[in-house]
Amino acid sequence: MKIKVDFSGGAELLFGNQKHHEVDLPVKDKPWLLGDLLFWLKDNLLQDRPELFLQDNSVRPGILVLVNEIDWELMDTINYEIQLNDSILFISTLHGG
Amino acid sequence: MPRCSTQCGKNAILKRPKTGDALCKECFFEAFENEIHFTIQRAKLFRPGATVAIAASGGKDSTVLAYVLKLLNEKYDYQLKLVLLSIDEGITGYRDDSLDTVKKNRDDYDMPLKIMSYKDLYGWTMDEIVAEIGRKNNCTFCGVFRRQALDRGAYLLNVDYLATGHNADDIAETVLMNILRGDLSRLNRCTSIITDSGDGIPRVKPLKYTFEKEIVMGHARVLLKDLEKIDPAIIMNIIQSGENIRVNETAKIPKLTKCTRCNYVSSQEICKACILLEGLNKGLPRLGVGKSSRVKRILKINEENSKKCSRTEESCCKENEKKSCVCKSLSSCVR
Repeated sequence: MKIKVDFSGGAELLFGNQKHHEVDLPVKDKPWLLGDLLFWLKDNLLQDRPELFLQDNSVRPGILVLVNEIDWELMDTINYEIQLNDSILFISTLHGG
Repeated sequence: MPRCSTQCGKNAILKRPKTGDALCKECFFEAFENEIHFTIQRAKLFRPGATVAIAASGGKDSTVLAYVLKLLNEKYDYQLKLVLLSIDEGITGYRDDSLDTVKKNRDDYDMPLKIMSYKDLYGWTMDEIVAEIGRKNNCTFCGVFRRQALDRGAYLLNVDYLATGHNADDIAETVLMNILRGDLSRLNRCTSIITDSGDGIPRVKPLKYTFEKEIVMGHARVLLKDLEKIDPAIIMNIIQSGENIRVNETAKIPKLTKCTRCNYVSSQEICKACILLEGLNKGLPRLGVGKSSRVKRILKINEENSKKCSRTEESCCKENEKKSCVCKSLSSCVR
């Protein structure tokens, strides 16, 4: 399943300093939840320091997540079911003003 | 997909940390701007006709501050003259991007921009300071100098106010740090929306009650972010706690006075920036790093040693001898 993943605000530094990624998620039985994507990104795209991206089963506090330009807090956060061609954006707010 | 809480009929794009409301883009911007306007009005932050320097780092907070002040100034006729003030620390490569952003702010918002460098203000770039002190402790220099750089810049620009982009998360973080450090005088000052640095130019924080999350959508910090995840009201509660702490009248609180050397505001007789500069200029770069009691002790020891030293000032000032001679603290022995 093809989706777009973007990082900004400093979060891209954890992902090889590349902001835009075209991601093709492997087929699986159950739907892809946003929470599943977080761990897939950690295992497949993250270059170093996973503790700066993930905490427990979600993103580290201070990273904002937008699904198709909408706050993920309105989309049930990690329980959101990812759809084909979704655009997921991670913005870090932790690098200062 | 959730609808906007205002019943405007549009789809919501964000959940507000402060209220939990789901808002569409238009209603969010309106609420965001109205709250900052309300904050400015309630605190009577600006005098009509005044000139305001916006401390511009090129980051999100100062960019949003410049945007919203320009917008509100026109919408509500504050009659303010707005200028951008940026500091260049002189770290190769570090400010390139952010100074580009500041220049873009200047063009986007049609405001004059003044960039002040550490070299202009102190005679040293951060690169030169790092070459002297090494990679540890150079943050002390950078931080102390930057604090004054904005004040000095505001003074040189002859403005009436200096506005900074400190947001609610920043202030809550500072409240927590000052509680943990037991620093009551800073605790009192850090929650004020308007503070006077003693030079007559008030510093104002129009984004004091604005959440970082909302500024973005449009190691102490991690703790705060965790708290905010549990309950966003905690950020506001912490600010309020800081505001509400009253100090026992018998407690000794350092008074803000003026530095006897440079006349800028200081809680000590000689301000931190002057001590750091003295250390740099005398080849004792570590002088001002640490407690002020330690500085006083070292200055005293050096003064006593220099009396015993038989060499002349001229010979001590030679680069190769300076490091080994105890009289390097002679006040006239500077580069």
